[in-house]
Amino acid sequence: MKKISNPQALRQLQETLKKDFDPNKKLVTICAGTGCRGYGCIKVKEELETEIKKQGLDVEVRATGCFGFCEKGPLVVIHPEKIFYQQVKEKDVADIVSKTVASGEVLEKLLYRDPDTQQTVLKEEEVPFYKKQLRLVFGQNGMIDPTRIEDYLIIGGYSALAKTLSEFTPEGVISEVKKAGLRGRGGGGFAAGVKWEGSRRAHGEPKYVIANGDEGDPGAYMDRSLMEGNPHSILEGMIIGAYAIGASEGYIYVRNEYPLAVLHLTMAIAAAKEAGLLGKNILGTDFSFDIHINKGGGAFVCGESSALFASIEGRAGEPRAKYIHAVEKGLWDKPTVLNNVETWANVPLIITRGADWYASIGTEGSKGTKIFSLVGKINNTGLIEVPMGMTLREIIYDMGGGIPNGRKFKAVQTGGPSGGCIPESLLDLPVDFDKLYEVGSMMGSGGMIVMDDKSCMVDVAKYFLAFLQEESCGKCVPCREGVRRMREILEDICAGKGKEGDVELLEHLSTGVADGSLCALGGSAPNPVLSTIKYFRQEYDAHIREHRCPAGVCKALITYSIDPEKCTGCTLCSRVCPVQAITGEKKQAHTINNDLCTRCGACIESCKFDAILVK
Amino acid sequence: MKKTGNYSAKTREIVKKHGGEKSALIAVLQDIQEAFNYLPKQALKTAASAMNLPLSRVYEVATFYTAFSLKPRGEHVVKICMGTACHVRGASSIQDKFERTLGIKPGETSADGKFSLETVNCVGACALGPVVVINTEYHGQVTMAKVDKIVGKINKEGAQS
Repeated sequence: MKKISNPQALRQLQETLKKDFDPNKKLVTICAGTGCRGYGCIKVKEELETEIKKQGLDVEVRATGCFGFCEKGPLVVIHPEKIFYQQVKEKDVADIVSKTVASGEVLEKLLYRDPDTQQTVLKEEEVPFYKKQLRLVFGQNGMIDPTRIEDYLIIGGYSALAKTLSEFTPEGVISEVKKAGLRGRGGGGFAAGVKWEGSRRAHGEPKYVIANGDEGDPGAYMDRSLMEGNPHSILEGMIIGAYAIGASEGYIYVRNEYPLAVLHLTMAIAAAKEAGLLGKNILGTDFSFDIHINKGGGAFVCGESSALFASIEGRAGEPRAKYIHAVEKGLWDKPTVLNNVETWANVPLIITRGADWYASIGTEGSKGTKIFSLVGKINNTGLIEVPMGMTLREIIYDMGGGIPNGRKFKAVQTGGPSGGCIPESLLDLPVDFDKLYEVGSMMGSGGMIVMDDKSCMVDVAKYFLAFLQEESCGKCVPCREGVRRMREILEDICAGKGKEGDVELLEHLSTGVADGSLCALGGSAPNPVLSTIKYFRQEYDAHIREHRCPAGVCKALITYSIDPEKCTGCTLCSRVCPVQAITGEKKQAHTINNDLCTRCGACIESCKFDAILVK
Repeated sequence: MKKTGNYSAKTREIVKKHGGEKSALIAVLQDIQEAFNYLPKQALKTAASAMNLPLSRVYEVATFYTAFSLKPRGEHVVKICMGTACHVRGASSIQDKFERTLGIKPGETSADGKFSLETVNCVGACALGPVVVINTEYHGQVTMAKVDKIVGKINKEGAQS
């Protein structure tokens, strides 16, 4: 692409591109996020292209970023009618092309079917999963090819940058972001504008802006989907931020496990440079700014600002004490603004549509929308974007479609390893930064892991402590040793070796770990334990006093048996049992020898008659 | 794919590509690992001297980040997702099953050099949970029965080639 010499030229280019783009032209979009790739969408895409060519049609097949409804992938949308097909397989492609693409005929079997009413739904926006969403940041993912800057320009991309450079002073941008009430989407929820202002006022050159894409919370993948699906929106936000604080260099720190995000960001940076939207004299002004990509090394603690700086500097990612804030002394001891990628992607919206509009969405203390990943024991796994303040019930039941197999909801875990488990009694809680904090959890980066009555809350607490012990960098003794000790206590409880007073000891240790650790990893490490004790104390007591795991998870506390009423003697379980603990004659009820049984669950998985009982 | 070539020459080339900057250490190690599938001792020594860094610094970084391996890894790297969503959907029984089937624990490589078993915090493909990534291929909704099929398929392919 030719260098764009000024904001006016950008507008003209967008107009020209739009003219060539006929919104009524047939177009097939297919979700090519990591989830759908796992279902095999790339083969479906290739098949679509082959079939379209074979039938002599002139229709583009566009691989886009993640649509969000990962449960039903691979997802295909036929434009301009916006016919929404789900769980598309290669064998469906011939019909899609010859019927829907060629003559508009709808294939009922590929439409989304409401599990309650059995009604099919034609369009994406009418599917219950999408209906209540407000997809301001994430919505463009499904329309653009993330590897083409032209696609981003057609939907108005980089207009916010042009507006910034022609209409705003740096201070003006900061006051707009402050007025909008934008808070950091990475976890802490700190006011972005305040951070920017601090860095603008700080002494020292050069100044840096960084996008944190080290999405470490297990169960959260919205940042990856943004980096993969709409990389330019993050770049645009960063460029505007750099202009506001006077930064000349920027970094995007991407998690090691996200190769596709690295690829798309690299392509986006190259394209933006070529177009004069990044690099020297952006859009012909005297503002220059460049962005580099850093791949993380797979350390959760690097989501912490000072550890992330150390990692970019090529050192082990250990946090340091923050007596002096990063906005004054951050990367290489220079003023630095670090925001999460989702935060950056919100910035162009604020500039384009104004702070007042932005502040009209959400709750009093939390403005705008938030992308959540709704995962775990939930019917509709996926990414949703909703205005702040929506209740957990609406999210889990209206969008998520409730709990699979008619089981009972038990808890939703938010905020990753720093967050907590929220019980059923709080389902009507409006979700925003402050409300989640009040109930002992936090927003984190937006992971929501739903658990049913088959999830053991002591096991969940143990899981998070094991995670945190692995990921503790080891610098602060209370975190390194305290978290380990807490994990050992939880392991004992799960193994039936819990003692009276263990819960109190856990609470006592929690205070020490939280108070004695430099960074948020240690500071919030006790949250999963404290919140499960607070809301699910009876489960701890059942483990400790009755040596019983009510959810049937903790192996040392459960026994398997076979219901002779249900067992048909099909012998399948005895064949899959790795320790030959199941015996019985063909067509006769089988029995399990509990001295041999390792509770591996292979028999439960294999039994077609639901005859294996766990007590 | 086993590369036993000259570690030092390739390492010097990688360091040069990154301009010898000390801050590029992590990127240098990532490239070394990509070239050799692990971080050979000789490569670390070469990188340290070429970048004018003490070997202890290089070792510190190489052992701090979980992405790096100081031991040769198997031909097929099996990564079991241990994210929360996969955990509540039974990832630990899948891990047990892989351990039994391959006869190795996470962090180990089978004696024939065919498989390495690793756990990873979250690959962000929660709808597919429990997820296992083998090399770069995602396997979703893995069950214990599926583990046998997956491993059997790889073994069969290996026997044919």
